Amino acid sequence: MSEIKKFMYLNRRAPYGTIYAWESLEVVLIGAAFDQEVSLMFVDDGVFQLVKGSDTSESDMKNFLPTYRTLGDYGVRHMFVDQASLEARGLTTDDLIQVEWEDWETEEEVDNIVEAVDADKFKELMAESDVVFSF
Amino acid sequence: MADLYTVNKSPFEKNSLEQAIRFSADGASILLIEDGVYGAMAGTAAEGLVKGASGRKFFALRSDVKARGISEDRLIDGVELVDYAGFVDLVESTDKVQAWL
Repeated sequence: MSEIKKFMYLNRRAPYGTIYAWESLEVVLIGAAFDQEVSLMFVDDGVFQLVKGSDTSESDMKNFLPTYRTLGDYGVRHMFVDQASLEARGLTTDDLIQVEWEDWETEEEVDNIVEAVDADKFKELMAESDVVFSF
Repeated sequence: MADLYTVNKSPFEKNSLEQAIRFSADGASILLIEDGVYGAMAGTAAEGLVKGASGRKFFALRSDVKARGISEDRLIDGVELVDYAGFVDLVESTDKVQAWL
């Protein structure tokens, strides 16, 4: 058995305008097949990816907010959001979706794995990660 | 008649909106589309761009605003929402269209 590695997905692009957010989501979902510790970080316009209330009915685009909401079921343990990026965009965590997480073996539950953190915490998280994927 | 400028990039990532405003003539119409609609949000670090631009009319494409979860009450006062037909009307009623990418 190989050692479990810490994977970090760093998301810095707004949803819909470019393919980056969707590509990141696809890679996270594919990566879920491997037994790794997965966290997502949302910085700069990446924080817009989690804004709730998205309605793509007039845009002819797939609304991928429902997919984000299932990430807890795909082994994503943490979704960190940069507090300064939120503030610059007039947002708070109340504007963001909530994502539940449950360990089916231990039945441990977390109501919401989306968490705003400051730059110091970010530095720690980056330093702890074995691999960082940038989108 | 004045020109129509379209802006499709986020004001937090690129300076397309800033430059479109800077190089537009008085009376110009500026239509925010795709990620450009983030420039129409009130209460952000970028709201000063639109708020400070006098003599320009600002529009935002409704479908792109809705896709991004921006509710109408969060738009900067004076920004008018248009649908695709409204986009066409703007193109028709202005001299020419210039895209700021």
